[in-house]
Amino acid sequence: MSKKTVMTRRQFIKTSALLSGGLVLACHLPLGQRDALAASDNVFAPNAFLRIGTDESVTVIVNKSEMGQGVYTSLPMLVAEELCCNWQNVTFIASPVAPEYNHAQFGPLMVTGGSSSVRSEWERLSLAGAAAREMLVRAAAQMWQVEPSTCRAENGSVISPSGVRLTFGALVDTAAKLPVPKNPKLKSGKKNLLGSSTKRLDSPAKINGTAIFGIDVTAPGMLTAVIARPPVFGGKVVRFNADKTLAYPGVRSVVAVDAGVAVAADSFWQAMKGRELLEISWEDGKWASISTAAMHEEYARLAATPGLIARSDGTAEALLAKSTDKIEAIFEMPYLAHAPMEPLNCFVDLKKEHCLIRTGSQFQTVDRAAAAKVAGLKPEQVDFETTFLGGGFGRRACTGSDFVIEAVQVAKAIGQPVKVIRTREDDMRAGYYRPMWYNRVEACLDKKGYPLAWYHRIVGQSIIAGTAFEPVMVKNGIDHTSVEGASDTPYDIPNLRVELHSPTNGVPVLWWRSVGHSHTAFVMESFLDELAHKAGKDPCQYRQTLLAKHPRNLNVLKIAAEKAGWGKPLPKGRALGIAVHESFGSFIAQVAEVSLDKKSAIKVHRVVCAVDCGRIVNPDIIKAQMESGIIFGLSAALYGAITLKDGRVEQGNFDTYSLVRLSASPQIEVHIVASNEAPGGVGEPGVPPIAPAVANALFALSGARIRSLPMTPDKIKTALKQA
Amino acid sequence: MVTLKVNGTSLQTDVAADTPLLWVLRDHFQLTGTKYGCGEGLCGACTVLVDGVPLRSCVTPVGEVQGKAVITIEGIPDDHPVKQAWLAQEVSQCGYCQPGQILSAVALLTQIPKPGDTDIDRAMSGNLCRCGTYDRIRRAIHTASGVKKAKVRKPT
Ligand code: FES
Ligand code: FES
Repeated sequence: MSKKTVMTRRQFIKTSALLSGGLVLACHLPLGQRDALAASDNVFAPNAFLRIGTDESVTVIVNKSEMGQGVYTSLPMLVAEELCCNWQNVTFIASPVAPEYNHAQFGPLMVTGGSSSVRSEWERLSLAGAAAREMLVRAAAQMWQVEPSTCRAENGSVISPSGVRLTFGALVDTAAKLPVPKNPKLKSGKKNLLGSSTKRLDSPAKINGTAIFGIDVTAPGMLTAVIARPPVFGGKVVRFNADKTLAYPGVRSVVAVDAGVAVAADSFWQAMKGRELLEISWEDGKWASISTAAMHEEYARLAATPGLIARSDGTAEALLAKSTDKIEAIFEMPYLAHAPMEPLNCFVDLKKEHCLIRTGSQFQTVDRAAAAKVAGLKPEQVDFETTFLGGGFGRRACTGSDFVIEAVQVAKAIGQPVKVIRTREDDMRAGYYRPMWYNRVEACLDKKGYPLAWYHRIVGQSIIAGTAFEPVMVKNGIDHTSVEGASDTPYDIPNLRVELHSPTNGVPVLWWRSVGHSHTAFVMESFLDELAHKAGKDPCQYRQTLLAKHPRNLNVLKIAAEKAGWGKPLPKGRALGIAVHESFGSFIAQVAEVSLDKKSAIKVHRVVCAVDCGRIVNPDIIKAQMESGIIFGLSAALYGAITLKDGRVEQGNFDTYSLVRLSASPQIEVHIVASNEAPGGVGEPGVPPIAPAVANALFALSGARIRSLPMTPDKIKTALKQA
Repeated sequence: MVTLKVNGTSLQTDVAADTPLLWVLRDHFQLTGTKYGCGEGLCGACTVLVDGVPLRSCVTPVGEVQGKAVITIEGIPDDHPVKQAWLAQEVSQCGYCQPGQILSAVALLTQIPKPGDTDIDRAMSGNLCRCGTYDRIRRAIHTASGVKKAKVRKPT
């Protein structure tokens, strides 16, 4: 496998030009606007996803950031399937930032997010592979002087009617001279790669220490910087004294930037030591006294008043006003940090007319534009290289480009190549977070015990308001990412009203793996469980009735229940809980088996997960993403909370912000539904169902209903007393 | 000046003795396979072997390991059973925690060649994985130990 997985635009053009005897395939695909955009920008647009060498190598240029979800394998598989090449010859390379590599559906941005990589690239990459195959076949036919339709491509060769073979490598010179087919035809019939658990191409580099993450980037003359940051969001440096810092060995520069005071040194540790010696006086600004406790009170007050309407079917309000038997509940969820294992960092080499950035980003176009602005350059003068990402979860798709902007500011101020690293504490305290949420829900049941009216008020910050995405993503004051999973619930509820309050405060918020679904699924699936209990019905049956018109939701629910042994006897002290949720085009049900220990802590023993994500590329990667989502969601369900007091974040490292460890990790079984539906996402949808599945299991076990995350032993003890 | 024996090679650098081994490996010797995750001994991303014992290099002053044998991920041969098992089970997701996981697993298997689930819990719970690869780590350790395990572990 190619060790070099990142290529700059300049290198790319150079290699492309130098690739005598190599076929660089331009794929002009009918994608309307984006195609026009790409075509208007030829100079920086190699416009290619695929390179085939005379040495038989097949390099797929991947426009998605690899952050664990396997895009360096799944996307090449899409190309290779149609190309009919030999998979052993396939390697990957991270694409530069250029219009060709913009998201196929999200507009003119290179971005990895929304569990969209496979979904959005399926067609474009399949066609890229098919176009190349057609050219190779035509090249061979031309050489043999036969009709192309009589030849076929297979395992890296083209085969003539009489069975003669020419390898792709032998055909690239001829193929390169042929026109690119406008409407390449996709293969029909059996798939060779798609649907198989092909080994990940990036695994070897990730277990031998050669995978280069942003934090590993180095360059001649590079300094490493850490930034002393204000203790409060929006705080500013009033003055600082760096005498002692500058006297510390290895410290080269101390500069003020918007984020605080940066100490740049020969090595990370010297920068850290230097930072400890800084004397800074801060001005806290207007968020100096915010606290999550006070916000909680404010949110509760807001929840008692009508909000903007996100969904209104029937007359929920009137029915509930009349009802003598309504059920009410409050659900609360805290701020959460993304806490990727690799803390944020960014390398910048800024020259007069050029800037090189190397970092792990999910948001290259936005980050590059922000960097260019700080540098006083045009975006095209910024080479933006994507390294491996040590986890993303949305944090590296930052609407404010914070970690890139601060690094460019430092580079500009010190005039030397620099890598800015956030310590774990910096990473956890400087934002951004999943918003804190407060939900008030009321419902009443019909005569048969099913929801007649459901009235849900959601209170929490918009992650979109105030960003460049607001005009597109906020409609009539409603940020859909705040209500998704609630306002569009598939449950058959005749009178449904969902309202939203979007308070503002100084806490930076951002999409966090599964976004709005990370809170709405907990509310929907917990409260529905409560209603089932109230109606005296089995929670799984109850859901099935309400999902009768939604076969895919219904199907995963049934599979998960069956595989988990729903309704069958369990060992003493164990119980099952179920949840089903649809997000990012996929349908997922999970059953959790739990017990309580003597200290009232939940132990999750086993999770059975059924997923319908439509047509699939690589089942093992799907399984891995379900496992990953479940553990990620479980950390939030059991431990996760970012709290503020006097404007200060109270957590800083993994001692105060706990994550699930191996000893607490359940056994996970994943069942993938065979499907011919359009592909759905897999990176995020595994997260939402786990918290309600565990809460519902706890209720089944003990009668304790937890409506506030995380489910700490203290809350469980209190709930047990009320049970 | 400190002298270290890293992956069998003697290396020297001019660094303060209280500098954590992690940053000496990364910044001075360009051995960047050893990762920084917390700096407080809480996550295991920085795990290396010192005389065969897994240590958190982020809280180990370089002065304390002078003359001892340090093994980093770069020093584990590609055909090592643990690495092979990691590939067979497709453990890695983002991969950031995996060098530390692998070194903890190598140490475990050296100490207990056929570990049970409780041994694995004990030896591996200091290594966080935000991507949640734990189930596969467990399976890979069983694979590397040569213990044939039923495909699905009994819920404990
Ligand atoms: S970086 Fe050493 S234990 Fe986390
Ligand atoms: S594989 Fe990403 S942190 Fe473990």
